Amino acid sequence: MSDRHPMTGNEMSGSEPGGLERHQYDVVVVGAGGAGLRAAIAAHDAGARTAIVCKSLLGKAHTVMAEGGIAAAMGNRWPEDNWEVHFRDTMRGGKMLNNWRMAQLHAQEAPERVMELEDWGALFDRTEDGLISQRDFGGHKYARLAHVGDRTGLEMIRTLQQRAVALGIDVFMECTVTELLKDGSGSIAGAFAYWRETGRFVVFEAPSVVLATGGIGKSFKVTSNSWEYTGDGHALALRAGASLINMEFVQFHPTGMVWPPSVKGLLVTESVRGDGGILKNSDGKRFMFDYIPEFFKAETADTIEEADRWYDDKKNNRRPPELLPRDEVARAINSEIKAGRGSPHGGIFLDIASRRTPDYIRKRLPSMYHQFKELADVDITQEPMEIGPTCHYVMGGIEVDPDTELAAVPGLYAVGECSGGMHGSNRLGGNSLSDLLVFGRRAGEAAAARADSMGQSRPTVRDDDVRAAQASALAPFDVEGDENPYAIQHDLQQSMNDLVGIIRTRGELEQSLQEIEKLKERAKRMTVEGHRQYNPGWHLAIDLRNMLLVSECIAKAALAREESRGGHTRDDFPQTDHEVWGTKNLVCNVDATGAGIDLSEKPLPVMPDELKKYFD
Amino acid sequence: MGYRLKMRIWRGDQSGGDLGDYEVEVSEGEVVLDAIHRVQATQAGDLAVRWNCKAGKCGSCSAEINGRPRLMCMTRLSDFDPVETVTVTPMRSFPVIRDLVTDVSFNYEKASELPSFAPPPRDADGKRRMAQVDVERGQEFRKCIECFLCQNTCHVVRDHEENKPAFAGPRFFLRYAELDMHPLDTHDRRQLAQGAAGLGMCNITKCCTEVCPENIKITDNAIIPMKERVVDRKFDPLVWLGSKIGLRNRDNDGRTEV
Ligand SMILES: Cc1cc2nc3c(=O)[nH]c(=O)nc-3n(C[C@H](O)[C@H](O)[C@H](O)COP(=O)(O)OP(=O)(O)OC[C@H]3O[C@@H](n4cnc5c(N)ncnc54)[C@H](O)[C@@H]3O)c2cc1C
Ligand code: SF4
Ligand code: SF4
Ligand code: FES
Repeated sequence: MSDRHPMTGNEMSGSEPGGLERHQYDVVVVGAGGAGLRAAIAAHDAGARTAIVCKSLLGKAHTVMAEGGIAAAMGNRWPEDNWEVHFRDTMRGGKMLNNWRMAQLHAQEAPERVMELEDWGALFDRTEDGLISQRDFGGHKYARLAHVGDRTGLEMIRTLQQRAVALGIDVFMECTVTELLKDGSGSIAGAFAYWRETGRFVVFEAPSVVLATGGIGKSFKVTSNSWEYTGDGHALALRAGASLINMEFVQFHPTGMVWPPSVKGLLVTESVRGDGGILKNSDGKRFMFDYIPEFFKAETADTIEEADRWYDDKKNNRRPPELLPRDEVARAINSEIKAGRGSPHGGIFLDIASRRTPDYIRKRLPSMYHQFKELADVDITQEPMEIGPTCHYVMGGIEVDPDTELAAVPGLYAVGECSGGMHGSNRLGGNSLSDLLVFGRRAGEAAAARADSMGQSRPTVRDDDVRAAQASALAPFDVEGDENPYAIQHDLQQSMNDLVGIIRTRGELEQSLQEIEKLKERAKRMTVEGHRQYNPGWHLAIDLRNMLLVSECIAKAALAREESRGGHTRDDFPQTDHEVWGTKNLVCNVDATGAGIDLSEKPLPVMPDELKKYFD
Repeated sequence: MGYRLKMRIWRGDQSGGDLGDYEVEVSEGEVVLDAIHRVQATQAGDLAVRWNCKAGKCGSCSAEINGRPRLMCMTRLSDFDPVETVTVTPMRSFPVIRDLVTDVSFNYEKASELPSFAPPPRDADGKRRMAQVDVERGQEFRKCIECFLCQNTCHVVRDHEENKPAFAGPRFFLRYAELDMHPLDTHDRRQLAQGAAGLGMCNITKCCTEVCPENIKITDNAIIPMKERVVDRKFDPLVWLGSKIGLRNRDNDGRTEV
């Protein structure tokens, strides 16, 4: 055998007997974004033999694309800021549907997690006193986001990656997990994966598996998300018997690029608005003042003068309406476009050119400047950008215990975008990166503790399960079908965009479920060309099963929730119904056939009185 | 605005390969990666290519386009004449895995050889203080998206496989410089950079700087200052004089050599 690569662990030769490698670990972390890396570092530090498995090369996960910042109440700009204010902002942003305990832990622990990044070499922008600078973002009362220009995600992933490498944690990159494996008693025993490079299979044996696979955005046509966002972790957890919550809540970011078509959906960071950018319609009107909801009236400026004064004097003025939570801004933009007041390419205008100097813009927003210049021939220091809503983030995810991130299956943990509960019905900007760090660390520690407590009596992987996983992964090569996975993916994206998008109705949601059933049928006839070595067509065929399952969760939950709240807007039920819907979550599980979704309701955990006082 | 673009794409694996001819419908504002994706979706489902962000942020989609090392997602088709054939080949300095995908593990090995950041304890209030001007030097280098185009281009290793073991390459010279200029780091890596990492083999041709999609001034801002610092450490009389009259930088004072 083979020259296995010392760093990547990758198998360069095909001569392994039977083509199946096996590895034993205490903790296997699936995903190398912020959440996965932080979890792996914590597990390693707790003494566990730890592996990281990821679909792309190390350092390329979605976290690298995050722009604006990491929310943490460090109080470097505003000494008044503290975890209580952050907690309150987070709950209100999520329209009170958040798991209160997660929101509390998140607000309390985020500052220390950010400073840890600095201990590991991150170079954040500074305040005048040399502390970590903090910037304004929608929904946050105080300037709270630690940042590095508009490439904070790159700084975060590089810091964590370099830390993981320095600690010598094993990384299996370009290796995709397709099934979780359990023992006879229903506990996690490991995971089944294939190397993208060779198409060979790998079995990981481990009593603890941490899912940190990110989101689902690739099921929508217009999205800021990459090919990796096929909901793998969501689907793996479902098939293993865990449940998903809050799946109807999908965040459409208000500002994605709309032109040229090739970059439609690409994110324009919220920092543009935090740093002074405003939204205008084709009449040149700053329209957000017409869309201030009752819920946020008390804290939002109602005149242009007050809004403009706020940037320099936050004590005596209220926030501009451009900085309302994302769901509010996205809906407003959507209405303006629908009313015929859109820009030439079907968006609206985001203007910072007329409000800040070119120097300031280039300094604060270098990658936005670069992105528009290179991809759209637009100089954002001279002219407004055209932008529109884009599918960005899924609030819904695997239901976990707030303190340990343990899912319903013993030994299975979930963190980051693939977990649910923390953000309720709408996530505030910057709260994801901090979520990754806070709960990544907690999950890593809990996963290591479980492995440690088991001693030698570990769950064993069953050969039948391995054979089944193998057969299922290879099915697309065996089918004599007429369907192309790229075509099915395209049709799914179109239908989710059209029928389960930012504004929803019963009729369209019902239709989307019928479409998903048809696509499932087509997926059975899907076939791929070529062989197993680095074959994107095959990889997509495997991912598609996950996309279909997760899309069904979204559509079913969206149909059931007959109200509008956060990232879920029903045209036929425009009100937020606190009486009926404010106290429960919708829960998705796989049905008896294993190929469909059952929906149930579950009461929301009730906040203790000492926390309730923040909302009087 | 659409037209049919003629493309030649390298198809093959370790055992060899060839340029394949493709013709694909493209439209206004598209980039090379869009054209590749359309070929993949409609004509060659198994065409291997790496990408993630499609916005020049992740550094996955590096390749050589008409012989020039570039990111496919940031190369606009409007840069080419519609009648021109666009040829896409994998990065040449790394072994091919399949089609446009290469084995870049060389870079991950070099990364693991680099001693990491070593800060002193935090200030009494649990925070750290650094001035913005001091972090900015390092921040320029930390813009690196690890596309490895500079590594692919540097003539020390391009077509010189034998130099690879002793040469970390421009991306990692950046990293040495970043740590050397970090206001808080306590390690002195100059010796290591010069010796094990092969900084001495670089003869400042600036080819790396030319291909960097992040426009990092690799040679001027990282490599040359790093070379000067190495010389400084060896008590070069001129630099010594500089230090006497206050020109010498003090970044390395009080550091421990690793
Ligand atoms: C353009 C953009 C800008 C953003 N800006 C901000 C911001 O400023 N602030 C903020 O807080 N949030 C921001 N977000 C959101 C935030 O970046 C993400 O929610 C977060 O990075 C997700 O991190 P993660 O660790 O959960 O997953 P990711 O970073 O996406 O990592 C997922 C990992 O799982 C791996 N994986 C997936 N499936 C499998 C499988 N089957 N087998 C093996 N590995 C698998 C992937 O390879 C990857 O390594 C932004 C998002 C986008 C798209
Ligand atoms: S300047 Fe040095 S590192 Fe850069 S390409 Fe030339 S020899 Fe290589
Ligand atoms: S320095 Fe520039 S060219 Fe080199 S890897 Fe980094 S981003 Fe790419
Ligand atoms: S796909 Fe990320 S840089 Fe091109």
